[in-house]
Parts: sequence; C-alpha cells; structure tokens
Amino acid sequence: MAGEIGHFALLLALMFALVGATLPHVGAARGNAAYMALADRAILAQFSMALVAFGALTYAFVTSDFSVVNVATNSHTLKPLLYKISGTWGNHEGSLLFWVLNLTLFGALVSWRGRKLPLRFRSRVLAVQSTLILGFLLFIIFTSNPFLRLDPAPLEGNGLNPLLQDPGLAFHPPMLYLGYVGLSVAFSFAVAALIEGEVTPLWARWVRPWALLAWVFLTGGIALGSWWAYYELGWGGWWFWDPVENASFMPWLAAAALLHSAIVVEKRDALKSWTILLAIVAFSLSLLGTFLVRSGVITSVHAFANDPARGVFILGFLALVVGGSLTLYAWRAPKLAPSGLFGVVSRESALVVNNIFLSTFAAVVLVGTLYPLFVEAFGAGQISVGPPFFEYAAAVLMSPLIVALGLGPLLAWKRGNVSRSVQIAFPALVVGFVAALVLLWQTSGDYVMTAFGLGLAAWLISSVILEIGHRLRLGKANNPMSSLRKITRAQWGMSMAHMGLGIILLGITISEAFTTEELTVMAPGDTVEVAGYDFTFEGVAPIVGPNYTAVRGFFTVYDGETILTSLMPEDRVYSNPVMTTTEAAIYPLFSGDLYAVVGEAASSGRWSVRLYFKPMISGLWLGAFMMMVGGILSLSDRRLRIGLPTGKKQQTSGASA
Amino acid sequence: MSRFVPLIIVAALVALFLGMMLSDRNPNEIDSVLVGRAAPEFSLVSLDDSAPALTHADLKTGAPVLVNFFASWCVPCRAEHENLMRLAGDHRVQVIGIAYKNEKDQAIGFLNELGNPFSKTGLDLDGRVGIDWGVSGVPETFLIDGDGVVRYRHWGPIVGDSLEQQLLPELEALR
Repeated sequence: MAGEIGHFALLLALMFALVGATLPHVGAARGNAAYMALADRAILAQFSMALVAFGALTYAFVTSDFSVVNVATNSHTLKPLLYKISGTWGNHEGSLLFWVLNLTLFGALVSWRGRKLPLRFRSRVLAVQSTLILGFLLFIIFTSNPFLRLDPAPLEGNGLNPLLQDPGLAFHPPMLYLGYVGLSVAFSFAVAALIEGEVTPLWARWVRPWALLAWVFLTGGIALGSWWAYYELGWGGWWFWDPVENASFMPWLAAAALLHSAIVVEKRDALKSWTILLAIVAFSLSLLGTFLVRSGVITSVHAFANDPARGVFILGFLALVVGGSLTLYAWRAPKLAPSGLFGVVSRESALVVNNIFLSTFAAVVLVGTLYPLFVEAFGAGQISVGPPFFEYAAAVLMSPLIVALGLGPLLAWKRGNVSRSVQIAFPALVVGFVAALVLLWQTSGDYVMTAFGLGLAAWLISSVILEIGHRLRLGKANNPMSSLRKITRAQWGMSMAHMGLGIILLGITISEAFTTEELTVMAPGDTVEVAGYDFTFEGVAPIVGPNYTAVRGFFTVYDGETILTSLMPEDRVYSNPVMTTTEAAIYPLFSGDLYAVVGEAASSGRWSVRLYFKPMISGLWLGAFMMMVGGILSLSDRRLRIGLPTGKKQQTSGASA
Repeated sequence: MSRFVPLIIVAALVALFLGMMLSDRNPNEIDSVLVGRAAPEFSLVSLDDSAPALTHADLKTGAPVLVNFFASWCVPCRAEHENLMRLAGDHRVQVIGIAYKNEKDQAIGFLNELGNPFSKTGLDLDGRVGIDWGVSGVPETFLIDGDGVVRYRHWGPIVGDSLEQQLLPELEALR
C-alpha cells in the first residue's frame, strides 16, 4: 500500500511542479500577482508530496516490504534499523527521491525565509527551482521508479552493501546531497536574476546565506566521507582523488569561491557577472557529479549500477539546465556592468585572488577527472590521472592562496595598505618561518615540502589569531571587552573557518610526512613498537554480529610501562551479500592516532596485522568541523539571519526588481 | 565573446559524454598492454600429471592459439565454456587453459563435469602468471599468433555476440 501512496504522491508532485515551473513566469511577465503568488503554494505542495513519497519509501524499508523491488534489492530483515533507514537513500532510486525531497525542502525554505523578497523575484526563483524539481521527477518516474512492485514478493531481501553499513556512511550521502541541492538555491537565484536582467548588492545578500549553508553541508559530507574511508578501508588513507570524490570536491571549491565573491557584490556592486557564473557553475558541478556516478562513464568505487537509459536522460537534463542557464548568461552578461570600484590593494582584491585560485583549482580538478575520458575519446588509449597530479596542483595553487589568506582579512575595504597589514601580520610571518626552519633543522633538511607546509599552516593560524587581536585593539588604551562585543558573529565565523583551514593543512602536512607504519605477522604475546608505543598482540576471538561474523583482534598499547588503551580491530564477513570489510581500531591521542587493523591468518596461529601511528591526523576532521562551525556562526549572524532589506532599501529594490 | 566560453565548454563536454555513453564501452575494461607484444615467459605444471609442464614455448606453434584463464569457482567461466568447446571443436583452434587461483582437484572436477576443450593446461595456483599477463579477473582469453605474439585480449566471458563478432573475426584475420 505504501508503494502506491508513494507513487501517487510522486505523480501529484509532478503536476504541482509543472504548475510551479510555468505559471509564476507568466505572472511575472504580465504583472499578474495571483499567478506569481502561486509559486509559493506550488512549492509547498511539491514539498508535501515529496515528503509523503519519501516517507512511504522509508516505511517500506523499515517494515522490510519486499514486494517493492527497491527494498528487496537493497535491504534485509536482519539489518539494524539505522541501516534500514539509511538504505532508503543508499541506492540509485532512493537517493534520487532524496534529491527531490531536498530540492522541494530548499524551495519551501526560500518561500518561508524569503517572505520579504519582492514577490516578482521570489516567484521567479521558485519557478526555476520547480523546473529543477520537474526534471528530477520526470527522471525518477520514467527511468528510476523506487516504487516498482515485485510479484511474488521474495521472503528475504538481497541486503545492503556491507561497506555502506556504517554510521559514518549512513550520514555521509545525505549531508552531501543537502550540500549539492543547497547549491540549487544559489542557481535558482542566479537564473532568476538573469531573467530579470539585474543583479544588485541586495541579491548578493540574499544568495550568500544559501551558498554558505550548502557549503557547510558539503564540508560536512566530504569530511564524513573521508573519515569513513580512513577507518573503514583499513590502510589509513583518507582521500584518493577518485573521480567521485573529485565530483564532490569541485562543487565545494566553487561554493567556497561563490560565498567569497558574493561579498564583493554585496559590498562594492562589482564582480556581478562572475558571481552569477559561479552560482551556475557550482550547481552544474553538483549535477555533473550526479551524472558521473550514475551514467557509467567513469568507474569508481562509488558508482551506482549503470544503466545507459538513465545516463542519456541525466545528460539530456544536464545539457538543458546547464546549457539553458549559460545561454541566458551569455545573453544577459553585458547588462551586468559593475558600478563600484575598488583599489588594486584592498579586501576586495584579496577576495578576487581567492576566487582566482579556488576556481582555477576547481578547473584543474575537473580537467584531471575528465582527462582520461578525453584521451580515450580521441583514441589515444587508456590512462588514469593519479594523486601525484592532483597533489602537485593542490600544492601549487593552494600555497599562494594561503599566503594571501593570512593577509586578506587585514586589508581594508576599497583601499587597503599593504605595508600596514604586513606590519600587523609580521609576527605570523616570523612564526611560519621559524616553524619551517625548526623542522628542517630537526630532520636535517630531509623534509623540505613538509617544512614548507608547516610554515604555511603556522603562518595562517597565527595570522588569524593576530587578526582577532587586531580587532580587539589589544595593546591599545581601551577596554578589550567592549571591542570583543563589537566583533560580529560573521567575523568570528570567518576567523574560525580560516583557522580550520590552517589546522587541516597542519594535519595533512604532519601526518603525510611522519606516519609510522608496521606491516607484520604477529603471534599472541608478540610486541611491536610503533613510534614509541608498544603494541602487544593478545590474540583473536570470533565475534557474531547481527548480519556478520568477525574475527576480532586484541592489542594492548603501552606507553612505556603504563597501559594506554586496548585496540580491537575487526575483520568482518557479512552474510548478505557476502563481503569482507575491515574495521580499523583507532585511539586518538592529542599528538596523533593509534591505528590497528587485523588481516588474514598466517600459519601457526599468527595473524597479519597493520599498525600505524598517524600524527595530527585528527587535524583534518577538527579543521573541517571548525569550518562548519564557522559557517554556522556566520549564518547565525543577525545581519544575515534577517538577510533582508528593511525600510528604504527594500523599496528601491522592489521598484528595480 | 568571453561570455560564450562557458557555453562552448559545456557543449563540448556534453558531446564527449554522449559519445562515451553511446560507444558501448565497459569502463571496467582496461586495454591490455600485452597486445602486439610477445607473450610473457612462464612455466606451469599441467593439470594432467602425465603431461609435461606448460611453457611459453607451447604458444609458438605456427598457428593461432587461444589462452584461456579460468577457475572452477568462476560463474562466468561456466557460461562461456560451451563456446570454448565450440572453438576447440568446430573452429579447430588450439585452446590452452590456465587454471587461475584454483585448487588442482577442483579445476579437474570442473573440466570433468563440463568437458575439456583444452589441448594443454597449466595450474597457476598463486596467480603469479596471471599478474604477468595482466589478468584482472577470470575469465580472460588471449589470442596468440603463430610466433607467440599476443594479438587480441578478450575481457570477460565469451558469450552472446562476442564470439561471432569479436573473437572469430580476430582469429580469422590471423589465419
């Protein structure tokens, strides 16, 4: 029954999307307020229907209703409840439904939070959003219906890929999808502004919180994914430059560029056409990621089952959405002339520098991801582009960005003074150089790149602290507490996010250079020393989980004589479907992670084990968390939270819109 | 003019993707680097105790030879077995079978059950020879010309149209 309700709700949502995507445009063109107002109701109706459909699918998963094909293929009665629920979005059809749910959710949020947007503009935005929803609904209904029936229903389902049965991965896709879909709002705002032919500073103020929200979700989704890879894949890696990882990283870079360039539009009424382009590109990259995962064009561990019909459909949709919006852009761009000017040395210029590097990096990642396809398409054989390419690009492009990032927030708006900013940041420069030199000295010059990375991280972190100090006017004759209150949440958010980047850089640099690893075979009672910690192997025991059996290894870790912790990694064999996964045991210390993996049995009761000490690796996730907190702090800023014009300003925008 | 650049890039990308999708390729399939080169040297014990060891010299017979990597635990191998029998029978081509990561008894049982298309066999228990050949999984089949040079690699089972449309034309071209 739930299947039929869900299916029906999808069809209704399609009708509402059709109405919502067309009539508001008619209304806006003719000045018919009633038609324009339909946009709000249509989006709410779409949201309700998507909620019903998604609820119906979740219900089918939770109750293990195997008469629904999707549930039978992806679920199993023995699966823990959490993974029954996460199974809803852990497959192609369900994840698309989740996309639609999020598209309608964000639409409804725009309708709710944007009450004060001019009606005409809001109806345009929601109509564009409805068009996106319409496309996805058609895709679901024609090629990927999650509610198809199976008759007769099997008694048991096939089960979910065991790699996905993990708390980290239960929440990794929804976070990412929220990020991808969040960018649809920026896209809809951009297209609406192009249709209206006008981009104002007010527009930037409206769009920026949405870009920021999407960016926070993307940050969280990517961090969760990399954390999962770190402890589940069992060899301590956390990022592989896999095409699908890149597909999530590119929108992140574009969103990061967007939320910085929007500031320039808001402050100086410049960079308008660039910002619009970024908003379109950021969402297009999200769509591209979806396409790459589902079309079978590229292989990846993340790929869904491939189906050419689906690939062609998404490609058509992609061409329509991206091509259509860029055509509109090509037509309207000449109208978007900047009105404000800013000096070569200014905060605005620093933000332009940020945009140049971030977007170049995104373009390089795109080229690296698609390059094997180009080569193959031109018959030059098969190649793969590996981590060295991307790591080189990251080092070359991110280093100057981080140097500039330390200085940028110290520059004044409109016209800055380099020598004054350098004066403030000078101690940070010293800290960076000293950190790099000390490392070089300690390692007798072996780790030049590491010293460079450490220097950059130290520079960035200390310059952020100096910048806060400068804001507080420390050392001047006034009360720091009163200046403390004057720092807005948006400013705290910025400092937090920038500091997070510094800490990520620190984590990457140190853990890449100084990880200690032991790959060895141990018998119970053996002790191996890793980075000054003694790992004693106590043996193994069989374990029975709800839908797996496992071998659990026991290690006691000593720091000198004292017992630090015991580590219990597992080697699991899932029954439905049959698959082996490794569960690393990790104990985070302040200085780094102790990491143990138990592998296969060797002869005479010995086991192959992998033991690591990964210094400062937690910096990656701590830094990502700080970025998210920074974003949320900034979102909670009163100015943004209201994010709406009042009084005079509103009238001028209403008249111009 | 620059305002058209994004549009042009996107149009080019869409054309590329469309071409790739319609080209009926399998992205998991990796071109063999062996094609055009001499088959790697190896020496393997035969499944038949009375037969001599299988070596790369057995490939240089002056006539085309097929080398098939198989395993009893491999389901697609069962699917293609009938076609291997036809190749050895109707098409009079010598087929050499290499049991890949397979216990000897089980490989012999597999051939006893389904029939033995192989003129010679080898046992690659630890998969070492498979690595030299660039085998990514079973089944994989290599077409070797009379001089011991690899001419064609068939990835996956020889089922459906792939016998008539891919393997046989390659084979006929060598004859």
